[in-house]
Amino acid sequence: MALSEAMTLNLLLLTLGGFGAGAAGAVLAARCPHVSRLAGHACALIGAVGALALGAAGLAGGTLDVMIPALLPIGGLSLGMDRLSAFFVLVIAVAAIPSTAYAITYTRAYEGKSSLAGMGLGFNAFLAGMVLVVLARNVLTFLVMWEAMSLASYFLVMTEAEHRDTQHAGWIYLVMTHAGFACLLVGFLIMAHGTDTMNLSEWHAASATLSGPMRHAVFVLLALGFGAKAGVVPLHVWLPKAHPAAPSHVSAMMSGVMIKLGVYGLIRIGFDWLGVGASWWGGAILVVAAVSAVLGVLYALVESDLKCLLAYSSVENIGIILLGVGAGMLFQSYHLDTLASLALVASLYHTVNHAMFKPLLFMGAGAVVHATGTRNIEEMGGLIKRMPQTAAYFLVGSVAIAALPPFNGFISEWLMFQSLLLSFQISATGTNLLFALSIAALALTSGLAAACFVKAFGITFLALPRSERAEQAREAPWMMRGAMGLSAVACLALGVAPVGIVRLLNTTVADLTGAQADVHFNWNVIVANDAFAVVSPLWIAVALVSLCALVVTALRIIGANAAWRAYETWGCGRALQTSRFEYTATAFANPFKRVFGLLYRPVKELDIQFHPESRMFVETIAYRNETRSIFEDALYGPMSKLIQRGAQRARIVQSGNVHLYLLYIFMALVVLLALAG
Amino acid sequence: MLALWNKIWTTPVVTEPVVRTYDDAQIEAIARQVDERARRLFGRSLHIREVDAGSCNGCELEIGALNNPYYDLERFGMHFVASPRHADCLLVTGPVTRNMADPLKRTYDATPGPKIVVAVGDCARDCGIFAGGYGVVGPVSAIVPVDVVVGGCPPPPSMILAGILAALDMRDNPQSVRSTDGPVSDDGAQ
Amino acid sequence: MLTQILIEVIQLLIVGLGAPLLVGLVRRVKARLQGRRGAGLLQPYADLHKLLAQEAVVSETTSWICRFTPYLLAATMLLSALLVPLLTTQTPLGFLGNIIVLMYLFLLGTFFLTLAGLDAGSAFGGMGSSREMAVAALAEPTVMIAIFAIALRAGNTGLDEIIRRGAADSLLLLTPGHLLAFMAFFIVALAETGRLPVDNPATHLELTMIHEAMVLEYSGRYLMLIEWAAGMKLLIFLALLSNLFFPWGVALAITPFALAVAFVALAMKIGALAVGIAVLETAVAKLRLFRLPALLSGSFALALLAVISFLFVK
Repeated sequence: MALSEAMTLNLLLLTLGGFGAGAAGAVLAARCPHVSRLAGHACALIGAVGALALGAAGLAGGTLDVMIPALLPIGGLSLGMDRLSAFFVLVIAVAAIPSTAYAITYTRAYEGKSSLAGMGLGFNAFLAGMVLVVLARNVLTFLVMWEAMSLASYFLVMTEAEHRDTQHAGWIYLVMTHAGFACLLVGFLIMAHGTDTMNLSEWHAASATLSGPMRHAVFVLLALGFGAKAGVVPLHVWLPKAHPAAPSHVSAMMSGVMIKLGVYGLIRIGFDWLGVGASWWGGAILVVAAVSAVLGVLYALVESDLKCLLAYSSVENIGIILLGVGAGMLFQSYHLDTLASLALVASLYHTVNHAMFKPLLFMGAGAVVHATGTRNIEEMGGLIKRMPQTAAYFLVGSVAIAALPPFNGFISEWLMFQSLLLSFQISATGTNLLFALSIAALALTSGLAAACFVKAFGITFLALPRSERAEQAREAPWMMRGAMGLSAVACLALGVAPVGIVRLLNTTVADLTGAQADVHFNWNVIVANDAFAVVSPLWIAVALVSLCALVVTALRIIGANAAWRAYETWGCGRALQTSRFEYTATAFANPFKRVFGLLYRPVKELDIQFHPESRMFVETIAYRNETRSIFEDALYGPMSKLIQRGAQRARIVQSGNVHLYLLYIFMALVVLLALAG
Repeated sequence: MLALWNKIWTTPVVTEPVVRTYDDAQIEAIARQVDERARRLFGRSLHIREVDAGSCNGCELEIGALNNPYYDLERFGMHFVASPRHADCLLVTGPVTRNMADPLKRTYDATPGPKIVVAVGDCARDCGIFAGGYGVVGPVSAIVPVDVVVGGCPPPPSMILAGILAALDMRDNPQSVRSTDGPVSDDGAQ
Repeated sequence: MLTQILIEVIQLLIVGLGAPLLVGLVRRVKARLQGRRGAGLLQPYADLHKLLAQEAVVSETTSWICRFTPYLLAATMLLSALLVPLLTTQTPLGFLGNIIVLMYLFLLGTFFLTLAGLDAGSAFGGMGSSREMAVAALAEPTVMIAIFAIALRAGNTGLDEIIRRGAADSLLLLTPGHLLAFMAFFIVALAETGRLPVDNPATHLELTMIHEAMVLEYSGRYLMLIEWAAGMKLLIFLALLSNLFFPWGVALAITPFALAVAFVALAMKIGALAVGIAVLETAVAKLRLFRLPALLSGSFALALLAVISFLFVK
């Protein structure tokens, strides 16, 4: 189906118009927070729906070519859309639609506390910035939109700027995002200089003119820049601080989508801009991805701040997505294009899945945090009885993110496993071993993710409430529940009927790798690589449901005693049950803390105050069991110390003496003249 | 209820608390008897939760002996379980002390029905030498309904086994199942 | 069509009805090794039958998770029974998924069982859940690397195809990689099904429990479903071990005679493995919880060695 360019242009205008109207409405109605909130987010919803249509049109083959020289210097504003861009627009949309719908009600809590005009403006600018980043077709457009997206999200993170934690988080986010931006800027400039063009779509053809070391340098710089945005280990430190500090719908967008734009950039450099790279590029990304996946989930596992846990789990999921990207790059360097396509399909599938279940989980967390007034899961519990629908949606998100059938995470991880297992077609033993270890890393990640979300759901929603606020928690308003329900249904739909989307992804990656993945569909069966692996998700779901029904009926037929009686939890006959008998999140994670002690380096302090008369009586017990981040201790701590020391030294030149400053200016002038001459 | 009480007391395996030494032949006889019945009933299954309601642990030693290869409780399809939820038989020992009265009641309530209670030892029957002690509430039957009492201080494993079997018989033959209109209590205990 | 339905029904019956017998066999052999007579082989049937007749006592603090989990657990095991080639390499529902799907189905069951363990709010349940998840998560890399080794050998991850290729090349069974992968998978099977030295299925002490601690709250038909599912899981793992690694006797074509041979062969292989487990459980003690990572990383090393040996002989 050929789509006219006018149509995609109209959809783009609808998208940007929605976001623009949202931003304008929010600012104009600043006097009236209620209207500002509704206008800002309702228009954003229209924009998000526009983005969905735009992305779908792009995947169906629609193109876009917008060039407005007057808007920006050096090349003007240049937008275009290929399938990869369209896919990422779609990813933004699928996360943005429920998140904005959720925000319409959710932001009510901020009325009177924060500036809703600022929030509406920032949120719309953030969404528009993300859409324009993936559509950008020249260097300046890309960098300006990238920076707009980063700054907008920074201001959104600072919504509750009165908290010291938030200030700290915002500061670290600002520093990391600009360090990444600096890498990107330098990388882009080297690339533009080497290929002699600022137009991104021409880079693929022109990259051959770039000298070898230059290509490596560009790859490293751009990978660092995009990696910092994606939050790969060890550049992840901002992520678990910034995402929880933001309002939940913003966290949903940041974790669900914004970090994916780092993945978008990595796919661009790995498969598009730089052409087929050296094999160590793919290997490096594979290693970083495996480390990110395992460490991300390990940190998530010991976290008891619900939103922080979800943020760490985003590090893990970025790791899983990048496993596919790295594997794809490696396959490509060994000229196994169909396998590269399979790995990329898995990777993109996981991208869209994560853009569904992570916002769902953040929305659930937002509802829970709103209802209980705390982010600490040690003070929650029993919410499944008080917020049954939120609990059900959060459970769907948990099962999906733990990659269990019949939800969507399972399909993408299954595809990922197949692409990694097929690495035996490469005949280089070292590479094979690398793949074997990444298979192990992915397997460990999926096991630990299941443990992590058993903890997240089990401690938050099950058993007895651990605090008074949790006991009085109320179900979220209908709009928020509806938004979560929408995401939950989407998770199930992509889990049982992946056929359509896999086909779309296959054509998308074929544009990049030049070959379609060897994935066949036989109605609802996915057959990967010549019957190497088979799965039929819909039938698994149907079989699970019907076997459950079969068991229920069979028990009835053979006359099982159907009587049941509610009685207190068995506790060896103790007099009463309180929430203090329950297993805590810390205790749940403790076996992992001990097994991976080398990594967590747990600090354990036990301070017992005995009664002065007898040591048999204890007055107080203070117990502390914290984990320390090796990255902050070993990498960022020394680095920031070094920078501070350097800054101290540099202060010598800044004496405050005006004559000295005049001398500097004169000397700079002389040097410049000498260079120019 | 009186009839039931009589029935319990006239059940041949439950005898006066005279400590008798059962020799191998007798155990063999019981085993064979059970085996025969077991075959008839397509196997039987009894999961036992032991409750020490304040015993001196003499009875526990004998109960523990049931698990050893000599007595091998498992061959009758019985075994001890870790939770009253999994059990259908409570094996209660000792005079019920004040601290254990409530836990015993809770354990009984936590056990899914149909269930049987076997009180093991003289103390469980009538508080034994602890009768009248300030910390003692009463015999087991004062707290929960008891189906079979096994006397002895402590009763040998074979007698405990016989008591459990008697209780099983009551369960398996519905006409002899005790009515549930109240606990079987020993007047002297109140 | 009819034969295919028949085969799947037979598979369901083998797993569903064979599971209690397998549990009975292991217990019986263990009892004999301990110098006891032990319960009869059919005892687990009587146990399950008894549990069905009992009422269910459910903790007041639990939610629907607790009541839903036993059904889901039984359903995942029955679904696995439909996927695993027990008698023939032409399993009609083999297209439902490959060996990785099977492992994720087990993980799905574990996920809900651990949630159910947390549901009642008892310290025992939480402890069991935490430990079960730790063991499951740490066993996962070994499972996948062992699968990688098998896939390397067979060039396929489909269960039917693996067995077909194994049966076609009988000398392959003697390669070191094959034996290493078998040992790794065997250790994982012990961990996943909660056998010694990972977990003691007969323990009464709450503090040493893993699987038992999670199900302390269950009674009546719920407990019956969970025990039945645990038996089925053991049977499926043993069937996998025997058919993937020793594909002797598995019917390559569907004829009544071949199926009968396959059934006898399967019974003998699983019986031998069950006796092996009983011997092992009599000989070794339960490992401390924090010794388990050493065992599991040992099995991981075995699996990795298997992969390496296959890579070199490729």
